[in-house]
Amino acid sequence: MTETAAVLSPPAPSKQQSNSLLRHARYVVSENPVTGLAFALFLLIAIAALIGPSIVPYDPLASDTVAALKAPSLKHWFGTDQLGRDIFSRVVVATRLDFVIALTSVALVFALGGLAGIASGFFGGWTDRIVGRISDTIMAFPLFVLAMGIVAALGNTVTNIVIATAIINFPLYVRVARAEANVRRDAGFVQAARLSGNGDFRILLMHILPNIMPIMMVQISLTMGYAILNAAGLSFIGLGVRPPTPEWGIMVAEGAGNIISGEWWIALFPGAALMLAVFCFNLLGDGLRDLVDPQRRT
Amino acid sequence: MLSMISKRLLLVIPNLIGVVIVTFLLTRALPGDPAAYFAGPAATKEAIEQVRKQLGLDKPLVIQFGDYVTDLAKGNLGNSLTTGQPVLTEIKNRLPASAELTLFGLVLSMAIAVPLGILAAVKQGSWIDHTCRVVATAGVSLPVFFTGLLLVYVFYYLLGWSPAPLGRLDVFSSAPPQITGFYLIDSLLTGNVETFRAALSQLLLPGLTLCIFALAPIARMTRASMLAVLASDFVRTARASGLSNSTVILTYAFRNAMLPVITTLGMVFSFLLGANVLVEKVFAWPGIGSYAVEALISSDFAPVQGFVLTMAILYVALNLIIDVLYGLIDPRVRLEA
Repeated sequence: MTETAAVLSPPAPSKQQSNSLLRHARYVVSENPVTGLAFALFLLIAIAALIGPSIVPYDPLASDTVAALKAPSLKHWFGTDQLGRDIFSRVVVATRLDFVIALTSVALVFALGGLAGIASGFFGGWTDRIVGRISDTIMAFPLFVLAMGIVAALGNTVTNIVIATAIINFPLYVRVARAEANVRRDAGFVQAARLSGNGDFRILLMHILPNIMPIMMVQISLTMGYAILNAAGLSFIGLGVRPPTPEWGIMVAEGAGNIISGEWWIALFPGAALMLAVFCFNLLGDGLRDLVDPQRRT
Repeated sequence: MLSMISKRLLLVIPNLIGVVIVTFLLTRALPGDPAAYFAGPAATKEAIEQVRKQLGLDKPLVIQFGDYVTDLAKGNLGNSLTTGQPVLTEIKNRLPASAELTLFGLVLSMAIAVPLGILAAVKQGSWIDHTCRVVATAGVSLPVFFTGLLLVYVFYYLLGWSPAPLGRLDVFSSAPPQITGFYLIDSLLTGNVETFRAALSQLLLPGLTLCIFALAPIARMTRASMLAVLASDFVRTARASGLSNSTVILTYAFRNAMLPVITTLGMVFSFLLGANVLVEKVFAWPGIGSYAVEALISSDFAPVQGFVLTMAILYVALNLIIDVLYGLIDPRVRLEA
């Protein structure tokens, strides 16, 4: 722990350091080609999320009863569903919604959990006790079940899915941010900042937060996968996203009934897209961890 | 030992208080007016006021909380709007189905993951180790409802080995007499092999789905803790004293490596209880998860709240059991208490 603190202590990396970071990144990628693969997958997902709706061959909502339940072919790469909608188009278009749900919920929990965690690690005492109590209470629930309860109580909307996903990830962020801030509480650069007349909040935001960013980035990547899984799970049981909106979880749910009559493609492709996205973020998280925290390499 | 258990029991109290407060807030902090909701869309203003009085929603929040806790203490979780049945009875009737499924999945995944993790650690770098790593990474990425559907497609549609994914028993069998509520155990106790086989064949696929889901964290943890133990001094000493390889691994290393694995079980249960809901939906399993999902879809809140509360209490209890178990296995924990 102390060694990583020493490595990461300068708040703003100079040009030379960013060069060496780049070299280190190249080393990590060449050492573990899987991380490179994950990064390529991530680019693919990002592109699909950005320009997906304008490059797909069919309108994801347009039904065509003549072409209903067709197996994958050259015309429809992933086949068509009960209403004759093109599954490839729907899978690609759905990327944006799934990605945005996961990203906003992670951003929300990073802002809330990250700050609460830093504050509780830095100040200790009552702040620590209150934040700890809140985390413990959240952790006392099976997390997916709590998310169901929250969405049921707040109302069945996409916004509430985002909020519920953020809440169940709160304890994870608090734990990481708290531990990292605690280690740096009396570090040299914090004392220097304090001696130069910076207030507590300024030190927290301008000195400690940038310092623990690399480790928080790993956490962000790892929870992105979990957030996508969670949101898709909620929409699979009929919460949040409403049909006919294309979304991976709801598409798997729509194809679930057809599995037992042999139309596998309706559920398989959105499910596989979901799996790849989660896989990508998990691998990326592991890769990022190798990059910023070589001690915890597995 | 007793003092350790009682100390651990004391720690449960703030957890339970937190759980009750959160479930209360989930019932009462609904946006919109619950009285208007319960009175129905066509209700007049007076009717809404009357319902508000009836439900006690006109009282201050603190008194409402007191009423809520009193109701809970009496075991009153409210009635379901759609079926009219008390929520507690329904949950009681359905709980064994969920418990049987979850425990079956857990036991199955322990039976696979623990040996896999041990072998991966003992033969580090071999193909078993690589298999273990692939399983661990793929396992956490698989959406559990997707795994379930894939298994149904392969084993029901393609191969025809398993029965249709519709509940705990096929239509030709009748449920065994209720003893424990677990069909597998009840049918064996009454000596009904036919029912046992029918129940097992229905349970196998959903159980396997949960097993694949829980495999990853258990295998990963077993491997990591086994590696740490194998590198420790006492294992080196045992080896140096000329003990056989199997004695060293099974008696010395395995027992010590199991401790962190038992701690991870708490987290595994958190995931399993959540995944259970999705698996029950896929396999039309008549447990409390599918009860909650049905209620959610028809905006029937009492069952959902009852379900969340039941799951939280179960989870707190499971964590308690895990900690006590830990104390039983590791004498050091007892001494510290």
